[in-house]
Amino acid sequence: MKLKRKKDTFKTALRKDLKKNSFAYLLLVPVLLWYAVFCYAPMWGVLLAFKDYKPLLGFGGSPWVGLKHFKEFFSSPFLVRTVKNTFMLNIWGLAFGFTSPILLALLLNEIKAVRFKKVVQTITYMPHFISLVVICGMIHIFTQSGGILTQLVDWISGTEHASLLGYTDMFRPIYTFSGIWQNIGWDSIIYLSAMSSIDPGLYEAADIDGAGRLRKMWHVTLPQIRPTIIILFIFAVGGLMASGHEKIILLYNPLTYEKADVIASYVYRRGLQEASYSFATAVGLVSSVVNFLLLWFTNRVSKKYSEISVF
Amino acid sequence: MEKKKNVIGKHTPENVIFNIINYGVLTLLTLLCLYPMLHVLFASVSDPTTLISHRGLLLKPLGFTLSGYQLVFKDNSLLIGFKNTFLYVGLGTLVNMLITITMFFGGGLIPWFLMMRQIGCYNNMWAMILPTALNTWNMIILRTGFQSFPYDLEETAVIDGASQARILIDVILPLSKPVLAVIFLYYLVGNWNSWFNAMVLLKDRDRYPLQLLLKEILVMNDSSMTSVGSAGGVSVNSVQGATAYRELVKYCVTVIVTLPILCVYPFLQKYFVKGVFVGSIKG
Repeated sequence: MKLKRKKDTFKTALRKDLKKNSFAYLLLVPVLLWYAVFCYAPMWGVLLAFKDYKPLLGFGGSPWVGLKHFKEFFSSPFLVRTVKNTFMLNIWGLAFGFTSPILLALLLNEIKAVRFKKVVQTITYMPHFISLVVICGMIHIFTQSGGILTQLVDWISGTEHASLLGYTDMFRPIYTFSGIWQNIGWDSIIYLSAMSSIDPGLYEAADIDGAGRLRKMWHVTLPQIRPTIIILFIFAVGGLMASGHEKIILLYNPLTYEKADVIASYVYRRGLQEASYSFATAVGLVSSVVNFLLLWFTNRVSKKYSEISVF
Repeated sequence: MEKKKNVIGKHTPENVIFNIINYGVLTLLTLLCLYPMLHVLFASVSDPTTLISHRGLLLKPLGFTLSGYQLVFKDNSLLIGFKNTFLYVGLGTLVNMLITITMFFGGGLIPWFLMMRQIGCYNNMWAMILPTALNTWNMIILRTGFQSFPYDLEETAVIDGASQARILIDVILPLSKPVLAVIFLYYLVGNWNSWFNAMVLLKDRDRYPLQLLLKEILVMNDSSMTSVGSAGGVSVNSVQGATAYRELVKYCVTVIVTLPILCVYPFLQKYFVKGVFVGSIKG
């Protein structure tokens, strides 16, 4: 498609290219249209955050109110609560959810029996394909009073519990560990593939040096997949504020709002359930900005210390 | 993996202990992954009254009854859900595939919602299809696939006088079958499992896809199915019995909705896994 041509100005180059590759441009039209309508047009909508949206007046006719909604959010107790919960859930996620697939991949990588490995992989990948609604349904079934998980907790603590989803302190573990159950296998794929491309010579060298299996894991395998880990970590931090609101909406209830309500679920509740469109837009904008800054910051830190970065 | 046959096979004490622990941990993990699914499956065919008073692990069905499934299929709201889901999944995936040929900074939920309502993507079929017509991630996967073809290929076709449409149809598409299969599956599973857009954009119950109905039954604990207890030829005559059946129905519904995907999954596994790799090259 890019045959050699003399250097043109952008405009004439574009015109020539349009003529030559008209078919390709034709195919591009619906895609561009889609992006315009479904991704970029809503971006204009963030202006709602600075207006007082009234459905009767419409988008253009609603009055400008400046930073009113931001001030309201920043002075409400919900700012601290939602931001703290968002961070805490994600710290749990990074601490357990992010590390467990690496651990699984490390263990799987040491397995020699091909059939055993296949079976383990097939079964651990499986929950990834169960829909979120069903996963949360299963969590509800297992954690209701008398459910299998509640029985376990009863047995450990020696006292009887009502539905575990009603206890604020239970929310983070339930949320995090059900996520691990669902994704540990799937997320390990990428690490396994990184491990399979490690030069076997490195292991042989380690053997000669008398390294045992654990030492080789620590000193050969892990450092070799470090770039993969770092890139996935940047992505994980980048999705920090946005992640998981669907699952939270399916699992939380007024009893656990104190620990479960995150920015995204708060936006959903205020915006769509209570129809405070402008206020919710403002909250959403704050979270977008914080999210973007976090991604930028992680990327910079990573660039500085490991010379690996996404952009 | 076979290449590293070096030490792993050696029978030093350290190796033996390591292997025992490693196999043990992995077996345990696998069982942990498997058990919740089996639990639901066994429970769905168990006798509801025994089930509700049962304590501890469920390693086999308690008795055997299909009355839960009878109840589920007697009530037609779930069947309508199935029909809707098939429609949305079928048409949605088709549109995905046709159009295929903001990840970090979007407008946010509310402006998006208002926009959808304004352009008419609200409470109708299009609301389930257009907003998800394209997925940037899948597009990157496909692009990476296209880029892996040698440039000469196109050049040769151009010299042979092929038009661009012809190159696309006769050269590129047949070669991209594996990548297209990956994308197709991703869209398929995504459409089958999606519920959030339906909850936000659909108002009429008879347009609900399966997952949204499931949400009501499983998560909101609201089931009209059990109130018509005797409908399926199953007589439920006490309050306790009704509760037991409500639980049974939950298990059955979970199995019905999950089984189709889990049954095809082992055969398609390699395509899904391939998608992870293709996507990661340019990640």
